Amino acid sequence: MKPTSSITTAQTDPSATTCDAIASCVSVPRGRSRLLLLFLLLLFFAVLAACAGPAQAQESPYIVTYDHYLEEPGSLEVEYFSTFGTQRHGNDFHAFWTEFEYGATAWWTTELYFDGQTTFNDSTILTGFRWENRFRLLRQEHFINPVLYIEYEQTSGADKILKEVEGHDVESDYAIPNALARQEHDHELESKLLLSKTFQGWNIAENTIATKNLTGGNPWEFGYAIGASRPLALKASAHRCTFCRENFIAGVEMYGGLGDRYRFGLHDTSHYLAPVAAWNMPSDWTLRLSAGFGLNDNSHRFLLRWGVSREFSGFGDRISRWLGGGKN
Amino acid sequence: MKRSVAILTVVTATFLALAVSLSSAQKDGVPAWKKGPNVYAELEKAPKKAVNRHNPMESDPDAVAAGANLFDQHCAECHGEMAEGARKGPSLRADPVQQATPGTLFWILTNGVVRRGMPVWSKLPEPQRWQLVSYLKSLTPAQKTAP
Repeated sequence: MKPTSSITTAQTDPSATTCDAIASCVSVPRGRSRLLLLFLLLLFFAVLAACAGPAQAQESPYIVTYDHYLEEPGSLEVEYFSTFGTQRHGNDFHAFWTEFEYGATAWWTTELYFDGQTTFNDSTILTGFRWENRFRLLRQEHFINPVLYIEYEQTSGADKILKEVEGHDVESDYAIPNALARQEHDHELESKLLLSKTFQGWNIAENTIATKNLTGGNPWEFGYAIGASRPLALKASAHRCTFCRENFIAGVEMYGGLGDRYRFGLHDTSHYLAPVAAWNMPSDWTLRLSAGFGLNDNSHRFLLRWGVSREFSGFGDRISRWLGGGKN
Repeated sequence: MKRSVAILTVVTATFLALAVSLSSAQKDGVPAWKKGPNVYAELEKAPKKAVNRHNPMESDPDAVAAGANLFDQHCAECHGEMAEGARKGPSLRADPVQQATPGTLFWILTNGVVRRGMPVWSKLPEPQRWQLVSYLKSLTPAQKTAP
């Protein structure tokens, strides 16, 4: 979501010049401590992950849509994603985020995100973090498999990762200079119902999104994401190989906003259609690529996304041993 | 500074949640799957229709080798490299597994045993799950090394 109310106020308030805004949001000691914290956090996870064994992932190609598969228990997946977006009447941008996804149990996956972005001819900033949890609701596979998704996010108005689209999200919201946009701080609670089914190699997934900005009296906002994907081959080869067809998964996803509780619908918001592809390599890495096309005038014309991830199995065992668990 | 505190709080909460869930797994040296009811009893829960399913990969000469690769990639972490059982997962060379029908094993792979830590594996395409079944059925209790 890209709330605009306070930003619009700042833009139209003659007393709030860009220089004032920059001065008010640039605080060197605060920025340094934030970066140090992030660095230590990354180092912490990197050291632990280095101690764990790798495992070949079987990842879906979706970047926005979720299917019903959770992280394997005890496994940590470290992911980096990039989004390059075009911007009419403004500067193009490159948004990026890092995810640490952990399978706490076979029915619960928890995930931590750190977001940032570079707006060309403007600046590079960190824009916030998210804590996501996914809960599998049913024990066995059914015709449709539901998963409940709950996320808390603390982001600034300059966040541009477009991990989901909801409410009345329009392209012009993203043209605001970083120095102004980052002054807005959002605390959001985001819930999703993830429905997914895999049949004869095809995965079909649908996500319904409901988001509440806990800052101010903003209404509930809604969005959607749907996706379909299939591996290029269903049988595995007798030998490990890098370029085997079964290592490639192709598909398509579509996502967009559905307005808010007062103005629900497909109008006055953005929608995207994106072919997606993933390459699950035997070397334990997964690459994803997505080319998103805006479907109306409210959308960015083009979003190029890519991501790289690696799954580390045995990460949980390592922590368990630290905490005095068994040695086996 | 407030934001840093918030980040730390979230990270700590995540970490604690993980620690609680993980440290309970094996504090007394007994693998988690050995606690509670007999883990192999899950095999008996397969519906009759699933039990009677035929393995379409049975006559595929590459099925066992492909299944061994898949096992190494996805299953060995929990069940051991030789399928002999490990900290998280039971032995798949045990009699109840070896005597189960291919359809039963396929059903377990598809549905997992979520309550006891085994994830669903329906994300592997159906032919790959049958290849895994072929590999599992090729194991014998006396076998000392994996193919």
